[in-house]
Amino acid sequence: MSILVNKDTKVIVQGFTGSEGTFHAEQCLAYGTKIVGGVTPNKGGETHLGKPVFNTVKDAVAATGATVSMVFVPPAFVADAVMEAADAGIELAVIITEGAPVRDMQMAKAYATKKNMKTIGPNCPGIITAEECKIGIMPGNIFKKGNVGLISKSGTLTYEGANQVCKEGFGITTAVGIGGDPIIGLSYKQLLPLFEADPETEAIVMIGEIGGDLEIQAAAFIKENITKPVVAFIAGQTAPKGKRMGHAGAIVSGGAGTAKEKMDALEAAGVKVVVSPADIGKAVKEVLSK
Amino acid sequence: MNIHEYQAKQIFAKYGVPTPRGIIANTPDEAVANAKELGGNIWVVKAQIHAGGRGLGGGVKLARSLDEVASLADEILGMTLVTHQTGPEGKLVQKVYIEEGADIKDELYLGVVLDRAKEMPVIMASTEGGMAIEDVAHDTPEKIIKVAVDPAIGFQGFHGRELVFGLGITDKAEQAKLISFASKLYKVYMENDAEMIEINPLIKTGSGDFLALDGKMGFDDSALYRHADIEAMRDISEEDADEREAGEYGLSYVSLDGEIGCMVNGAGLAMGTMDTINYMGGTPANFLDVGGKANAQTVAKGFEIILKNPNVKAIFVNIFGGIVRCDRIANGILEATKMVDVHVPVIVRLDGTNAAEAAEILKNANIPNVIAATDLADGAAKAVKAAKGEN
Repeated sequence: MSILVNKDTKVIVQGFTGSEGTFHAEQCLAYGTKIVGGVTPNKGGETHLGKPVFNTVKDAVAATGATVSMVFVPPAFVADAVMEAADAGIELAVIITEGAPVRDMQMAKAYATKKNMKTIGPNCPGIITAEECKIGIMPGNIFKKGNVGLISKSGTLTYEGANQVCKEGFGITTAVGIGGDPIIGLSYKQLLPLFEADPETEAIVMIGEIGGDLEIQAAAFIKENITKPVVAFIAGQTAPKGKRMGHAGAIVSGGAGTAKEKMDALEAAGVKVVVSPADIGKAVKEVLSK
Repeated sequence: MNIHEYQAKQIFAKYGVPTPRGIIANTPDEAVANAKELGGNIWVVKAQIHAGGRGLGGGVKLARSLDEVASLADEILGMTLVTHQTGPEGKLVQKVYIEEGADIKDELYLGVVLDRAKEMPVIMASTEGGMAIEDVAHDTPEKIIKVAVDPAIGFQGFHGRELVFGLGITDKAEQAKLISFASKLYKVYMENDAEMIEINPLIKTGSGDFLALDGKMGFDDSALYRHADIEAMRDISEEDADEREAGEYGLSYVSLDGEIGCMVNGAGLAMGTMDTINYMGGTPANFLDVGGKANAQTVAKGFEIILKNPNVKAIFVNIFGGIVRCDRIANGILEATKMVDVHVPVIVRLDGTNAAEAAEILKNANIPNVIAATDLADGAAKAVKAAKGEN
C-alpha cells in the first residue's frame, strides 16, 4: 500500500519535450513510473522517449486515461498548465517548477480546488512511492520500500530523512515533497490522514521549516486525529527574523512562523521533535521500537 | 524586492490613491527648489532608505522655511541612519523626499498582505496608526481589522463596509472616501504583484480627507519579469552586496554572525545544517544554498563569498547528492579549491548517490585542509572542532 500514487498510476508530463521535462521523465521511466505520454503544444502527434506527445491535456487524457500530471512548464506559464490539467479532469498535478508568481499560483490553486484536482508543489521534488512510482526529481535509489511515510517542505531534507530511515533498517511507503512556497497544494493536514489510513505506514516523518503556520495546523490535527507515531524536524531554528531563507515562504515575518513555536506546538501534540535533522533516523527507530 | 517611499507614492498616484504632494531631491539645492515648487510654508524633509522607523532615527523632519529645508536636507543627506530595522550599522541616506506639510487630525494604519492560510490577499486596518503593527498585533489584537479579499470576486462593497465599521468611522462622506481608498489600494496590490503594502500612518486631515502619509511596498520577485517599470525602481545600494552577487550566480546567501561558513545544496538542508552546528556548540556564519546543480564553478563562487567574511574559521560543505552524483561533486570541490585560495579547514560531507566513490576521491587527493566527514552529525561535529582550532 501507499498513498496517492502506485505502480498502476498513469502519468502524463506537461512540458514533456523541454530539457528538464525530458531528463526527469527519462529517470522516472527508468524507475518504473507508468508515464503514458506528455503534452507540448504544437508537437502533438510526435513521439518522445517512446511515448506519444499531445497538443493539449484533454487530448492526452482522452487517449491515455492518465490521472496524474507531472508539470515541468516554465514559471511564467505554469498556472495556465495547472488550470488546463484541472479543466481536463486530471486528479493530481505534481508541480515541480520553481519560481512561479504567487498571484498565479493563488489563482491556479483556487481553480484546481473548484475542479477537485489535488496539487503538490510548486517548487518541490514531487512524490514517490518506494520501488513503484516516482513522479518528480528525487534520486529514486535512496527510497527503499518500508513502513514510514514522509512529508517535507524541503527537497534535500526529504532525501536526508529517507536515507537515514533506510540506513536504520526501515524504509519508506510514500514520500511527498510539498514545497516551501507561500501557496502550496497538499499540505501536512491533508496528507497525514492518508498515512493514518494506509495499513503499511507505521510511522510518519514530517519535516517543516520557518514561515507560515502549516506546521501549527498540523500539530492541532495530529493531536485530534493521528494515532501513529510522528517524528518532526523544523528547519531554521537559527535563521534570523525577516530574512528569506532560500524558499519563497521561509521567512519569519512580524515575529510569526518561528521554528520554536512550531516545535513547541508539535511537541505538545505528542510528536517526537528532533533538534537536528541528523537525528531523524534514530528518532524513527525509537518510536517504532516502542 | 522593496522600493522607496517616494516610489511607492508614485505608484499610488497612478491609481488615484491620495498622497500629499512631494518631489524627490538628491542635493540641498534641489530640496529648496522642490519646496518652492510645492509652495506653502511648511514642508517635511524625509530620508529615503529601505527601512522603517526613520522618524525616530532622526530621518524625518519638519521645515518651516526654505532656509530650514536647505539646512535639514544638508543634515539628512549623507547621514547614516540607524533605526530598529537597519541593524546597528545603519543605512546611508542618498535621497530626501520633500513633501508638503499635512493637517493631521487622525492617524490610521492600512496594509495589504498575503494571508497564507486563507490563500488570498488580506487588507489590514487599525485605528492605531503610527505604531508598529507587530506591536499592535501582539498587545491589542482586537484593534486590527482583517478583511480577506478573494481575487475571484475582487474588492466588493461589503469588504469596504467591514473596514469602515470596524474602524468606527460613522461619517458617511468619510466612509465613502476610505472605501474608495482601500479599493484602489487593493488594485495597486494585485496589478503590480505586490507582496506587501503598508501605509503607516494613513492620515485623516482636518477636512476629512484620507492621505497616505507614508508608503512601503515589497514585490514578488518571481513576478518581476512582467513589471519592467517596477524592476527599474530597484536601488541596488539598498541591497546586501554579497547576497546580490551570490544571486547572480544562482546561489542563495544570507550572512550571519557566527564562525562556521556553510555551503549546502537545498534551502531546507542548509537551514538544518545551521541548526545542527548550533546544536553542537558552534555558530553558523551564513546560510548558503548552492542549488540543485552544485559544480566546480558554483562551489568556487560559494567559497569566495563565504571567505569574504573575516569571522569564518572553518567551512562545512554539506551536500546530499541526488540526481547529481557525489563523485562528480567531489571532483568539483577539488577543482574549486584550486580556483580559490581556501585558507581555513574545509569539512566535506557528501552523502547519497555514489558517496563511497566520492570519499575515495577526497581521500586520494590528500589536500591538507580538506577533512572528509561520513554524515551530517559527523561533519557538523568536525566543523565545530575545527573552528575552535582543535583537530
